[in-house]
Amino acid sequence: MKSDLELTNLIDAYLKGELAGSALADFEQLRKSDPSFDMKVVEHRNFISNLSDYGSRVKLSSDMNAIHESLDIQAIKNEVAPEAPKVIRLWKKYRINTAIAASVAFIAVSATLLSTGYFSKSISTNVNLLRREINSIKRSQNALIKNINDKPVKGPADPGEFGGTGFALSSNGYVVTNFHVVKGADSVYVQNSEGEAFKVKLIYIDPAYDLAVLQITDPAFEKLASLPYTFKKAASDVGEDVFTIGFPRDEQVLGKGYVSAKNGYAGDTVAYQVSIPVNPGNSGGPLLDNRGNVIGIINGKQALLDGAAFAIKSSFILKSIEAIPQDSLDEKLVVNKRNTLAGLSRKDQFKKLEPYIYMVKVY
Amino acid sequence: MKKEVKSSAPADSEIVLGILNDSKETLSRLYISYFPMVLQLVLKNNGDEDDAKDVFQESVIVLYNKVKAGNFELNSKLKTFLYSVCRRLWLKRLNEQSKTIRNIQDFSEIIAVEDDLEKHEEKDRQFAIMESALIQLGEPCKTIIEDYYIQNRSMQEICEKFGYTNADNAKTQKYKCLQRLKKLFFQT
Repeated sequence: MKSDLELTNLIDAYLKGELAGSALADFEQLRKSDPSFDMKVVEHRNFISNLSDYGSRVKLSSDMNAIHESLDIQAIKNEVAPEAPKVIRLWKKYRINTAIAASVAFIAVSATLLSTGYFSKSISTNVNLLRREINSIKRSQNALIKNINDKPVKGPADPGEFGGTGFALSSNGYVVTNFHVVKGADSVYVQNSEGEAFKVKLIYIDPAYDLAVLQITDPAFEKLASLPYTFKKAASDVGEDVFTIGFPRDEQVLGKGYVSAKNGYAGDTVAYQVSIPVNPGNSGGPLLDNRGNVIGIINGKQALLDGAAFAIKSSFILKSIEAIPQDSLDEKLVVNKRNTLAGLSRKDQFKKLEPYIYMVKVY
Repeated sequence: MKKEVKSSAPADSEIVLGILNDSKETLSRLYISYFPMVLQLVLKNNGDEDDAKDVFQESVIVLYNKVKAGNFELNSKLKTFLYSVCRRLWLKRLNEQSKTIRNIQDFSEIIAVEDDLEKHEEKDRQFAIMESALIQLGEPCKTIIEDYYIQNRSMQEICEKFGYTNADNAKTQKYKCLQRLKKLFFQT
């Protein structure tokens, strides 16, 4: 019996085809007679074939790697690379044109905006205007008196200065205006629509109702014809058409509107809220209804809010007149009871009212 | 956007013959002809050129094993066979990387290659085992075994190369090495 080593070498020789002649015959004979030896041969052959498979695969891999190295992979890649979609191709083709077009558009828009001053405008100022200050209860009424403090005092001969409006209470020279118009005044003059100025003295003030009563003391003053209007005692209704005449400039200006609320600023029951165009200089002007009754006296308008003017109710004018001690007056103050304006057209009413409305000039 | 990969492919029968004869030239032509197709497939489906190289080389190994097993029947174009194998391999690899592609983009017709791949996997396993066994075997055994069984060198050459005094010593050494290799191979 041969050793395992010898047998293996024999099988190796057999598998390599190195056996010949009698040795080969002996080997074949042994395989036939000894099944265990035959199995050993088969087993060995399988293992060797396994081994040679391994070898050939290693060789194949190294061969392929060598081939792979020799290839220009990048070129192949470009050749087979998936084509970019149409949009991308178009973009690649036209991107310079697009960039130029975009630049031109940008420059054109910028230049236009720059030349029209768009960039210099501050937008933030527009925002505040519409904000309503709810918490603030400060009285934001603008007194409609014009500030003439910084003007030099020149006396009554100066034709161009005015401070507010006033209107006749009676035909004998009593005039009513707002307290704030004559407040702190050295001397006060009134000027009628003809341009004649008369010296007046302050005979009564009522700061609570913002009222002041003046009396023309000028010797040049002649008694007026009887007043065409009366003073309404009852409160006016919301929605009533009203008009006013005042001196926001050197000339009488008619303004038209309607009563928009029963009470004035922040629930002030002394005044109406009136929707009427008024400007500094209108203060002290009469507020009349269609029939020619004085229902109030313009005294202010709300800041930061459009179309809200205020007028002191006429009943408070009457109260003030009553409060004046009659003994202190040179002449009797009698309030007119007869209305001659009712039924007239607005222009006729205006003509009739003209002589009774004064510009109040304060120095 | 499909782009036809154009190449002058050699006739399939030539290639089969070349494979059987271990022709290097055949391998080279095969590689140059069909690699672009696989590269295109892999690039278009979430891979890069290294992935393409691995997949393609594996498919060539499958083809070689199939041809050399002797029972190769050319019932489809070689191109279709290689493409189908690569496609399956690549899908499998994507799956392992848990990158799923809902719609793989195809560039060629495909045939069923599951059987071939099963055989290939078996062979692949044995290859891996053999590889690790040989590495564990160490030198000089590894070289002796490789020289004798794979390079088919004679005992005499090996004897001279390793400086053994006579062929019998070399044979003993080779026997011992083989026994160890078998042990390593079968124990894993």
